[in-house]
Amino acid sequence: MASWLSLVWANLARRKLRLFFTLASIAVAFLMFGLLEALRGSLAGSVSLAGADRLITMSKISIIQPLPRSYLEKARGVAGVEAVASFNWFGGVVKDGRTQIPVYATEPAKFLAMYPEVKISAAETTAWLNDRQGAIVGPLLANEYGWQVGDKVPLRSTIYRQENGADTWEFNIHAIYDVIGGAGWDKGSVVFDYDYFNESLQFGRNSIGWLVVKVADPREAEQVSHRVDALFANSSAETKTATERAFIKQATEQVGNIGALLISVVSAVFFTMLLVTANTIAQSVHERTNEFGVMKTLGFTDRSLLALVVSESLLLTLVGGAIGMALAYVAAQALATTVKQFLPVFGIGLRTVVVAPLLMVAMGLIAGAWPAAIAMRLRITDALRRGA
Amino acid sequence: MQDNVAHPDAPQATDRVVQLRGVTKLYTRGGEVVRVLEMLDLDLPRGDFVALMGPSGSGKTTLLNLIGGLDRPTEGSIEVDGLAIDRLSSAALGRWRADHVGFVFQMYNLLPVLSAERNVELPLLLTKLSRRERLQRVHTALALVGLEDRARHRPRELSGGQEQRVGIARAIVTDPTLLLCDEPTGDLDRKSGDEILDLLRALNQEFGKTIIMVTHDPRAAERANRTLHLDKGRLERQTH
Repeated sequence: MASWLSLVWANLARRKLRLFFTLASIAVAFLMFGLLEALRGSLAGSVSLAGADRLITMSKISIIQPLPRSYLEKARGVAGVEAVASFNWFGGVVKDGRTQIPVYATEPAKFLAMYPEVKISAAETTAWLNDRQGAIVGPLLANEYGWQVGDKVPLRSTIYRQENGADTWEFNIHAIYDVIGGAGWDKGSVVFDYDYFNESLQFGRNSIGWLVVKVADPREAEQVSHRVDALFANSSAETKTATERAFIKQATEQVGNIGALLISVVSAVFFTMLLVTANTIAQSVHERTNEFGVMKTLGFTDRSLLALVVSESLLLTLVGGAIGMALAYVAAQALATTVKQFLPVFGIGLRTVVVAPLLMVAMGLIAGAWPAAIAMRLRITDALRRGA
Repeated sequence: MQDNVAHPDAPQATDRVVQLRGVTKLYTRGGEVVRVLEMLDLDLPRGDFVALMGPSGSGKTTLLNLIGGLDRPTEGSIEVDGLAIDRLSSAALGRWRADHVGFVFQMYNLLPVLSAERNVELPLLLTKLSRRERLQRVHTALALVGLEDRARHRPRELSGGQEQRVGIARAIVTDPTLLLCDEPTGDLDRKSGDEILDLLRALNQEFGKTIIMVTHDPRAAERANRTLHLDKGRLERQTH
């Protein structure tokens, strides 16, 4: 087996430059595939994280258009609504001045009731509720920035200013929350008290970004969303309500379309790679016509030559593909930090780890099939004569 | 029917290794049928060293290819060591070649990406021998041709004579019944050619190998036990 493999590799490596460029092409194709799969997986993951009993109410115009804070109480009175919490996107930047992280202003008690999957201890809850500057942070951020309970953390807003013109708020960390069961909230956010935020604002006071509405019966989600929107119809800030799942799906739909586009591009790249690989193997077979004649003379059967050429093709796609997937893993790890505010679960998933080798094998088999058939069908006397 | 020069001296069936009866080979080139060999009968005893001579196109290499199972006759039968090789399937013929025939080519035909050692090992990859056993045989074969110290060298790092010695080592590593040589000295200078012929002679005399050698060179043919002359697809005469 080892001798066979070394024979296969020796044949592939006889033209090193051609081998390098072919491997590089295959690696790039799989790098693109890996990253696209990471993107697709993270989009699908975000949608699946969403709760079935929660609705999102936002401005009918756009999510960046604020709503009056008074909507919070009004929505609470709608039939079928169990609880309501408001959220504001803070646009927080950590001390390095570049990395933006998800930071939300909300009512702490209402937030914890709305997302029971977010777990902090009773003592931590009490401490947070009693400190207007208090905040809780997700374990991903705590790990990355070394934050601990008791730390005072400055965060700069890219949107808001304080009355004194400052753009940085300081927060006291009271808990590193965990997310257990349901996983409706991500593990990479900062959540703090809306009142602390609202009172210090230079502009835009008493406005909120969106509402999260918990319905008493998930089967009535559609009716409740109609009632909420009807309540604010014909006002200066009309609303659009949808289930959390539909909201996230809609928000990612734009990216989803880009994903579909990328799938088309990657498919085209894979097809081109198939042709490139097949051409490389075909060229190699053509150059070795005489050698195949010699090997047949020595007793190598048609099948063993078929196996040799297909093995070369497979080794080429497996090595190139493995390099590409390794690069995709490294790139996904690096990108995960940058995109975590939008895609908290960005990474190479199990599905990709399973599908990628299957693609490599399929590509190797298809690309090697035709050249292998040519090698197999060579007549010994013709092959020896052509090489003479 | 042509005169059969081999028949008068035909060996007894028991020690006959090659037997051709009524072998005809036709090729079609550009729509024209070319008769390369015509109703050829031939018997070769075990342990013989035969040179095949004749002008270009006389059918020497075709005859060698037929005896070695590289090609099939249009008509007639070929038996080697009692086996009718013209009736074997393509795969069975391949296995038979691997076990019973060693080929030596004019242009050596070594795989350029493999070392001398790996080239000689190539036919053994088709056997069930372990890596250790294969290497043992390879080094025995290389030692026999005087190239053990060049085992790790690639063909381009060897002289023509050395390449041909590796080719011979590859041909004998499976301990074949027949050694078929197609102009083995045709691409070598006189000194290297003599060394190769000495080696073939030794393989015939000391190891009892049956050798059929196609050559244009009368000096090379002199090293054989006898010479068969082909012309226009027929065996014309035999010289000693």
